[in-house]
Amino acid sequence: MTTDTNTLPLVAGEDPAVLAAGAPDWLAALRRAAIARYDAIGLPGPRTEAWKFTGLNAVKALTPVPAEGVPATELPPAVAALDGPRIEIVNGRLSALPAMPTGVEVVALDDPAAAPEWVRAHLGSIASFETHPFTALNTAQLAGGVAVRIARGAMPEAPIVLSVAQAGGGETATIAHPRVLVVVEEGGSADLVTVFQGSGRYIANPVTEIAVAEGARLGHAVLQAEDAEAFHVSMTALKLAEKSTYDGFVLATGSKLARHEVRAELDGEHIEYAINGVYLGADGQHHDITTFIDHARPHGTSHEMVKGVLTGTARGVFQGKILVRPDAQKTDGFQMNRALLLSRDAEVNSKPELEIYADDVKCSHGATVGELEDDELFYLMARGIPRGRARALLVEAYVQEAIALIGRAPVRDAFAAVASEWLDRHVAGVSGSGE
Amino acid sequence: MALLEIEGLHVEVEGKEILKGIDLVIEPGEVHAIMGPNGSGKSTLSYVLSGREGYEVTAGSIRFDGHDLLEMEADERAVAGIFLAFQYPVELPGVSGMTFLKEAVNARRKAAGEGDIDAMAFLKLVRAKAKGLGITDEMLKRAVNVGFSGGEKKRNEILHMAVLEPKLCVLDETDSGLDIDALKVVSDGVNALRDPARSMLVITHYQRLLNHIEPDKVHVLARGRIRRTGGKELALELEQKGYADFVEAA
Repeated sequence: MTTDTNTLPLVAGEDPAVLAAGAPDWLAALRRAAIARYDAIGLPGPRTEAWKFTGLNAVKALTPVPAEGVPATELPPAVAALDGPRIEIVNGRLSALPAMPTGVEVVALDDPAAAPEWVRAHLGSIASFETHPFTALNTAQLAGGVAVRIARGAMPEAPIVLSVAQAGGGETATIAHPRVLVVVEEGGSADLVTVFQGSGRYIANPVTEIAVAEGARLGHAVLQAEDAEAFHVSMTALKLAEKSTYDGFVLATGSKLARHEVRAELDGEHIEYAINGVYLGADGQHHDITTFIDHARPHGTSHEMVKGVLTGTARGVFQGKILVRPDAQKTDGFQMNRALLLSRDAEVNSKPELEIYADDVKCSHGATVGELEDDELFYLMARGIPRGRARALLVEAYVQEAIALIGRAPVRDAFAAVASEWLDRHVAGVSGSGE
Repeated sequence: MALLEIEGLHVEVEGKEILKGIDLVIEPGEVHAIMGPNGSGKSTLSYVLSGREGYEVTAGSIRFDGHDLLEMEADERAVAGIFLAFQYPVELPGVSGMTFLKEAVNARRKAAGEGDIDAMAFLKLVRAKAKGLGITDEMLKRAVNVGFSGGEKKRNEILHMAVLEPKLCVLDETDSGLDIDALKVVSDGVNALRDPARSMLVITHYQRLLNHIEPDKVHVLARGRIRRTGGKELALELEQKGYADFVEAA
């Protein structure tokens, strides 16, 4: 029987208590608090509102061991072709660190005791584990990963690629808790591409904390392309300061079950925040995109367009909440969730929420779920384009419209190529399955 | 041999009979106009010819260039040479005009056992046809019909027709919503495609289009049947007297 109590700790590898013993005070305290919190809240069950559409029984049934070895993965060619430095995290630990452009500093979190001040100032302070057991677990195990700093006013031209890969098992699943901290200092501007991949059966539990300082900008595109046997539960937590910009995007194509959660605190005036995305699901895949946007101060803008394409028995979940606090006057929030179902057995749950306490705001939200438009399909066919090809063209256009929201052109092009490749494999030539 | 032969055609939409026995023969090179009041079944006829779903043929036959048209899917009919210029051209967000046309051209080439068209040759072909219709490169790059004015959409339909070179052009209320300048551009585009081997079926409510595209025959469609057939002078007569005679004569 599944209960809301902690029936499966998922704690593998180093005992957090042991880890905590050898760490400096600040880190030991953080880890102890996290493991205590994890013990208290446990893994979510069917009665946990935040997880009601994403059941975790399959995850709870696993007894994972720490991930080790070399995953059989390669970056998608279009991403590999991006002209920038590539940081590699394997099994939760930094494994490759190339030379960085001027103004970019990267440190391994393997020895957080030696962490510079800018790491200590932010690590664990952005991603709250109060109500999120997976973040608590990641924090309790905090011993690997990387911290990236874009120095004040620095503007590295090429996107930085952060590859996060994990070696899974055959029978026995592995688990890893990659940790990433990104700090963009005042006036800095950078583009980061995070790619999650792996091979075999595993649970990936990454947490990314991002602080964007006053007048700074981060373009951040995430590709979740985990193995089809993998479970991916990720948290991206952001703290944005005045006049900062975050241009976020997620393209989710991988995993058997994935939850991509993004929580942003817009803690300053005139912040421009975007969190757009596309999830592509085939067979029995489950994609969950959950976002929370906290407009705390006036004149903030948020833009969220999430589109899904589902075939087979795939399932999509979108939960998007926008909170506009009393002080956040003149907030301009846009949220739209669309899902395209290409088979009768595909399913989607969409839960948009607006919670507004300011009286002078402009917020809109909406959700659509449907099949391809008959009149569009007919228009293509009336010009001689066969049904299967017409469907593929329309689905491609639907997806690329969202990908076009990625601000930086080289990143946009790379993601467009990755999405096209998925559509070629899963939609092209699939004719009439939804008719 | 006639290019198009419609015999005793009855069509229902959602259980309601719209076309109640249409007979129509179009020879190669002929331009026929179908005129009629709103709700007479004009657009239904255009959709049945082009193969839109949701139109149930309960009796009758359509032969087109040796094919049993009713056995064919919409894309097969298009490849065989039927072209419908839409009354309301559909917007295709995210599909560029060039991609769309290239797919259409290559579908025909594939059916003919040919490889894809050369990119440069295609660009040259489309540009040559677009020029006369006042369609710019910028319009061709944009998503199909997205953000186009009514006149631009109709010009774009004629561009498709010019590039695809069909055997039978069905123009469904191509004049609706056009100003006089756009009407001239569109009509000139259509007239440039007149050819002894190409037929046209011009569906319109008003006579004005037929001042520019001169028909060989005019049919009056009312209450689901062709009620009268004549030469181009019939259009003028209808312009003066209206459709009252046909609507009321039950």
